[in-house]
Amino acid sequence: MSAPDLTGPPRLPRLLAGVTSAEGPSTLDEHLAVYGQVPPAGAIDLPALAEASGLRGLGGAGFPTATKLRAVASQRGRPLVVANGAEGEPISGKDKVLVRYLPHLVLDGAAAAAQALGAREAIVAVSRADREGLDALSAAIAERGGGLDKRVRLRTVAVPDGFVGGEETALVQFLNRGVAKPTFTPPLPFERGVGRAPTLVQNVETLAQLALIARFGPEWFRAVGTAEEPGSALVTISGSVAEPGVYEVALGTPLRELVAQAGGVTEPVRAFLVGGFFGSWLGEREAADASLLEADLRPRGARLGARAIVVLPTSACGICETARAMRYLAASSAGQCGPCVHGLDAIAGSFERLAAQQGRDEPKQLGRWIAQARGRGACRHPDGAVAFATSALRVFAREAELHLRGRCEGQRRVLPIPALGAEAGR
Amino acid sequence: MKRVRVNPITCEGHGLCAELLPERIQLDEWGFPIVDPEPVTGEAARNAARAVEACPTLALLLESDS
Repeated sequence: MSAPDLTGPPRLPRLLAGVTSAEGPSTLDEHLAVYGQVPPAGAIDLPALAEASGLRGLGGAGFPTATKLRAVASQRGRPLVVANGAEGEPISGKDKVLVRYLPHLVLDGAAAAAQALGAREAIVAVSRADREGLDALSAAIAERGGGLDKRVRLRTVAVPDGFVGGEETALVQFLNRGVAKPTFTPPLPFERGVGRAPTLVQNVETLAQLALIARFGPEWFRAVGTAEEPGSALVTISGSVAEPGVYEVALGTPLRELVAQAGGVTEPVRAFLVGGFFGSWLGEREAADASLLEADLRPRGARLGARAIVVLPTSACGICETARAMRYLAASSAGQCGPCVHGLDAIAGSFERLAAQQGRDEPKQLGRWIAQARGRGACRHPDGAVAFATSALRVFAREAELHLRGRCEGQRRVLPIPALGAEAGR
Repeated sequence: MKRVRVNPITCEGHGLCAELLPERIQLDEWGFPIVDPEPVTGEAARNAARAVEACPTLALLLESDS
């Protein structure tokens, strides 16, 4: 068994070490040859290992995994596990890469979590647009036969693609009633989730990391990263870099190192979008010495979130790009909460007028709508959208001023905005 | 301590709450309530209870800190 060397210097990739072919998923044999088997449930204390490793949810919210495991375990009734690979974030590709190339690692983590909780079923949710991912998972489940996962039934579910559909309560409601929209909380899924059972919803990357921690332990996990933010993580980088894609980096890696790994920039940089469409813009200069750590980004007004990064070149305009993304975020609202429906539409409209150089008192109006929208939805969709808008006004203040005077500095479109009107759950 | 909270999914923006509990609730320009999470006591608590009862969609909640 060629497990990653535990005594040598920490090396990456670790999580992606099992990618054996650019063509598609690793087979079960290939998978086991690289990572070995997960120890049997009775031999490990998974919540304790998760706690000692400092693992946090990698879907974007960063909630401590051990706390979530214990919260589910503390409830009455037989729990259920949902591995969330829906990844509605248009600029993130890491979860799709994981399920396509390493389905067994995701299944290992889902099964290990299920066994630790006494759950009999683990459901892997993947966007229905991601045929490759669904096929890879189905083939992997068939390959495992059931011998590997003792008493845990694994299955996949295709969920509507869309930005909000991957939100935890939306996913649970889809599994229960076929409606991919968030619900009012409490109850949270850990209290009452799928089929009213206490439900552990974990991002697929979190579960894949958990599957490695179960094998190699917390110290191995902590050999990279920082004491506060340990481990490695998958990062999606796109925009004006030579080799956009998904990379595994140690947390704490300087942003410029990640950019270098992605082949370097292809043109002068205006700004970075960090943390996805739910994230924040960072100006080129303020991002110059930034690291991929929440502790480093927070004082700069940004979040690492789901670790999706876009490099915006000077040939693109921050205001115009923000207007397009804001319209997408407004259109992605599940349409349930008035403040989200009307607030995000107003904010998007305001950015559009600004972008079209038809604005007058847009920045002032925006300030009011942004302040009003925060915290007023059932889910965090409006909060994420206004955080993004706020960062745009801060980082692109000069560009906004130019637009008010009828000038725009860049015509290129860089952000990949999915077609509107094709949103899920409606 | 009791606080007012709105279920934004069931709220349809009728706006009665802002009339009955102006101490804690304002309406935005689309008629949806902006709720001040400060606890309600005394007369505000009585007004809050009335506002909760008056809400046509039962979207206004009076929650106790646990």
